[in-house]
Amino acid sequence: MGKRSIIPYGPQHPVLPEPIHIDLVIEDERIIEAIPSVGFIHRGLESLVDKRDFNQLVYVVERTCGICSFQHGMGYCEAVESVFGVEIPDRAKFLRTIWSEMSRIHSHLLWLGLLADGFGYENLFYQCWRIRERVLDLIELTTGGRVIFSVNKIGGVLKDIPEDQLRHILSELDAIEADLNVIKKTFIEDYTVQSRLRGIGILTREQAHDLGCAGPVARASGIKADMRKRGYDAYPHLDFEPIVSNAGDSYARCYCRLMEVFQSIDLIRQAIGKIPGESDLSVAIKGNPDGEAFFRCEQPRGEAVYYVKGSGKTFLDRFRVRTPTFANLPGLCEMLAGAELSDVGLLVITIDPCISCTER
Amino acid sequence: MSVLKYAPEALKNLFRAPVTTSYPAKPFEYKERTRGRIDISIDDCIGCGLCTRACPSSALSVDKNAGTWTINRFDCIACGYCVEKCPKKCLTMEQNYQEPGGEKQSVTYQKSPEVMAEEARKREEAAAKAAAAKAAMEAKKAAEAAAAGGEEK
Repeated sequence: MGKRSIIPYGPQHPVLPEPIHIDLVIEDERIIEAIPSVGFIHRGLESLVDKRDFNQLVYVVERTCGICSFQHGMGYCEAVESVFGVEIPDRAKFLRTIWSEMSRIHSHLLWLGLLADGFGYENLFYQCWRIRERVLDLIELTTGGRVIFSVNKIGGVLKDIPEDQLRHILSELDAIEADLNVIKKTFIEDYTVQSRLRGIGILTREQAHDLGCAGPVARASGIKADMRKRGYDAYPHLDFEPIVSNAGDSYARCYCRLMEVFQSIDLIRQAIGKIPGESDLSVAIKGNPDGEAFFRCEQPRGEAVYYVKGSGKTFLDRFRVRTPTFANLPGLCEMLAGAELSDVGLLVITIDPCISCTER
Repeated sequence: MSVLKYAPEALKNLFRAPVTTSYPAKPFEYKERTRGRIDISIDDCIGCGLCTRACPSSALSVDKNAGTWTINRFDCIACGYCVEKCPKKCLTMEQNYQEPGGEKQSVTYQKSPEVMAEEARKREEAAAKAAAAKAAMEAKKAAEAAAAGGEEK
């Protein structure tokens, strides 16, 4: 038995997009235990409910995270809308779905690039981010912002996507899919990718279930859990099945996310095909929220839960988010125990950590 | 042989034009909907202050009497909520962004003297009208009271 020692990993590390600290207890080159600690970028966004009214809070909540900003704003709005008991117009539901899926494509492409960078495939990293740029252009065209969308409001959406832009989105999606098919071949077939990902960081179905993992991490371990199937927004009108893999290793997580990009492209096409004609984009909201509500939605990283409680004042009593990365951190520690030291960077990346969301 | 598998892609990339543009030689084209800096046509502003109450980052302030509208451009998060709230639609979003700077500075917009004079004149007119109406009302009341008093006698 070798000598045990502790290696501090992060918060500043080349592979980490955001700061998280992990104490790695190692024996020789093998990790015995991983102890995470978070709290480097806590901004106290949830406590801003005391200072910003429930309408202003839309813009605060969507700044929780830079990658899944749209779904944060949407989740909050839907929670408040269910407190009011209003149903938003159908066109607004479809628009929210289209923007959700766009943000999923750009989030997954960002992650695929980071993964490629994590195992040292620089060229693939650039190719992923090059394709992501086209999606960001579409987002800027339709919302006016590349990262922060600011199109949600309580009771609907602020901006419409006119017919010519919808057609432009469809033609861009064709080009994006053609580009994706090239990198898909590399991700799925390439020897270097396979040898770096296969069998690394296995999380069994039982472990993923017991530790409450969410999103692609759970689906890569064989759990068919996708909140979109719950049927919010326009998802009941769209035909799709969650992408599941049974291997539970890093390759399966990569495969699930890669295939979800194609699925999102398909979902946007379906949504554009079924979107109702031009109509009102929002319903009027009267008074202040009185009551409480939960809302669950599928973010790129997994299931996010929003809780809102109001008591008839302009300021909410409580607002809370449970983010998918928080659910996946125990799974990460389970993966790290028993892994090689050289795989740590890769394994941290494979859960797609979003620490800004987790700490808010 | 796996090298040859990527040869077509490599060759394609060799002859393809660069994906990046050479900024600033070729300037960036903003989209029509780009949410940039907030601009105001100050002479249309009525100084209601709805924008200051809407702003999530408290970047705006309005002085109705002095006819000024002030924005701290470095606090502004370009969310567009003030533009949505403005009842006179005098706030607009430009397509370019705020240029970076060394320190936080606020910009104050001042209404033109003609508009200020016009508003002052309107205010005076309204005040005179109100005073006249009040005087008329009082006179009417006094007359009624006098009439009522006369009947009693």
